[in-house]
Amino acid sequence: MSKAYLARERMLLSGDQAVALAALHAGVALAAGYPGTPSTEILEALSVLGGPAQWAPNEKVALEVCMGAAYGGARALCTMKHVGVNVAADPLFTVAYTGVSGALVLISADDPGMASSQNEQDNRRYAVAAALPMLEPADSQEAYDYTLAAFELSQRWGIPTILRMTTRVCHGKSVVVPGGPTSEPPQPGFVRDIAGRVMIPAHARPAHRRLRAKLAEITAFGETSDLNQVVGEGTALGIVTSGICYQHVREAAPEAKVLKLGLSYPLPEQRIREFAASVDRCVVIEEGDPVLADALAAMGLQVEGKAEMYRFGELNVARVRRIIARDESPEPVPARGKPPQLCDGCPYRRVFETLTRLDCIVSGDIGCYTLGALPPLSGMDSQSCMGASLGVGLGLRHVLPEAEAKRVVSIIGDSTFVHSGITGLVEMAYNRPATGHVLIILDNGTTAMTGQQEHPGTGRLLDHEPTHKLDFPALCRAIGIDDVTTIDAAADPEGFERLLVEALGDGRLHVLIAKRPCLLAAKRIREYERRAERQDGALEVCGNE
Amino acid sequence: MSERVYNVVVAGLGGQGVIKASDILADAAFRSGYDVKKAEIHGMSQRGGSVSSDVRFGAEVLSPMVPPGEADILVVQEATQIDANRDRLKPDGLLIVPDDIDIDALANRRSANVAMLGVLSRHLPIADEQWHEAIRANLAENLWEANLAAFALGQGG
Repeated sequence: MSKAYLARERMLLSGDQAVALAALHAGVALAAGYPGTPSTEILEALSVLGGPAQWAPNEKVALEVCMGAAYGGARALCTMKHVGVNVAADPLFTVAYTGVSGALVLISADDPGMASSQNEQDNRRYAVAAALPMLEPADSQEAYDYTLAAFELSQRWGIPTILRMTTRVCHGKSVVVPGGPTSEPPQPGFVRDIAGRVMIPAHARPAHRRLRAKLAEITAFGETSDLNQVVGEGTALGIVTSGICYQHVREAAPEAKVLKLGLSYPLPEQRIREFAASVDRCVVIEEGDPVLADALAAMGLQVEGKAEMYRFGELNVARVRRIIARDESPEPVPARGKPPQLCDGCPYRRVFETLTRLDCIVSGDIGCYTLGALPPLSGMDSQSCMGASLGVGLGLRHVLPEAEAKRVVSIIGDSTFVHSGITGLVEMAYNRPATGHVLIILDNGTTAMTGQQEHPGTGRLLDHEPTHKLDFPALCRAIGIDDVTTIDAAADPEGFERLLVEALGDGRLHVLIAKRPCLLAAKRIREYERRAERQDGALEVCGNE
Repeated sequence: MSERVYNVVVAGLGGQGVIKASDILADAAFRSGYDVKKAEIHGMSQRGGSVSSDVRFGAEVLSPMVPPGEADILVVQEATQIDANRDRLKPDGLLIVPDDIDIDALANRRSANVAMLGVLSRHLPIADEQWHEAIRANLAENLWEANLAAFALGQGG
């Protein structure tokens, strides 16, 4: 996607690219996020378009930065994958109370079927739990249109708005005709509102009531908004659906009348009642949890949900046909492909070979290196969420018999360490296990798993321009770690093994930084470094003049 | 223009250019004026695992994913991946495999994905001009010549 593409030109875009283009057209003043499949390409595409995109250390910080921008009267976009919203949930639930004076759109990119995730949580639940409006696009055109609509809605009611996408909408490509900007973005400026933005209980109690009043207005808006649509004529079969499922439904049941909920929270209850009453049989088609089916049942409507077997994994045309046919027979098992694995020549391979040979108990983390858990390496014993390697490893150290405790190692990648490993490291120095502990930071100089994004430890911004570089060894020492050692485990596996054997049993706190660039990123990293050196040289020349 | 929807699945292993090939195909169909949808799973694809990408085009495309057993054409870039993807193809569908191109005639084996698009092009209502434009739009300029040659080789012309 080049800058040349602007309004009213027919384009073939991914959903992520369409969101980026719409954010640009909406006059977004700041866009922040943390890389996570399938959301990563939004900020990358926005940056290519010349938009204000930046990576944050994690999703919580990204959302807080966007809150500040929206408190300052600007339009802000915050992007993350579904599990990232868990990290950002703390500010999310309360920015719902404070509201915003500009606009704040949060992208939740869900991954039903777990193409590249640790769970398939259904973030439609977050709209209900945080009491925030949610839009669900069904293709790239809607990703574009709904992003604009989300900014409009957020600004009109001063409420953060969630745009929920799923893997197929994010990464699928389809035709988009961008309409271009619909309204002027607001001019940033600070207006003091202490009672509105300082959420002490006395302020938060009326804020909660204000939030519910906004939602009631948005409910009324949804009753007539064309974000919600009825498509088709038949009366025999009616289907209520949202997001990508709409496409599967149209294909699987072309004869059905479909209520497509583009604004899926708050629900347009009156419209749903009328729809349900207009058909002989009303079926809810949704991926993941029975969120809509439960809500419609709670309204007292006679609607059919899906059988429990369809809660798992993505839906597709074939599965939607089965749901409509009430077919609960076992599904054909798709042929197994070749699973992914750590790249040949990955610098982490030697680390996992050593851990396995020493029979370490390995508390792992999220990234490419999680593939070190697969045979033949089998070098990881637990993995759950970003940063958990530290806490889980420390818990094991605290309770296991001494001989076992001394085998426990925490292992984390560089980007994940910055994301949420640092507080775990503070815990390691604060509640020090009797046997000491060892953290291995696998520093390959990039966020490799999601496609080689920058982070604070690389010293480069999202667009690869230089910025302050977080100094891992200095940080670890400042936190109170006894011994911090940097080693290239791929170049010196024997040295690494000696170091690790000593560290496991000496009762001290160790951080071993296994440092070597990602094989796939090394060439690009060298180019960025050379570019930065040339710029430094140019600056020095200027300074001397 | 055809009213029907063409369903093509491109499959192989991470690093073989499966996604790139499907990008070129989708773009060529797009440039021909069709409605186009394309779906795939990225994320783990660089780690050498199985990759497949669905491209659908026609007057109006709904779901972006080719339903199981409904692909008109299955292009498999790696012989070991044929069995894992065969159930995507409809019973009378066309299977295109690496043996359908003369790999030794390629200036660069990395263009095998585009050569297989050349084979595919014989079976789709997309003109050469749109294929050539799509190849140029999706590859760096220094790769144009080799890939246009690879495409022609696959096309058998």
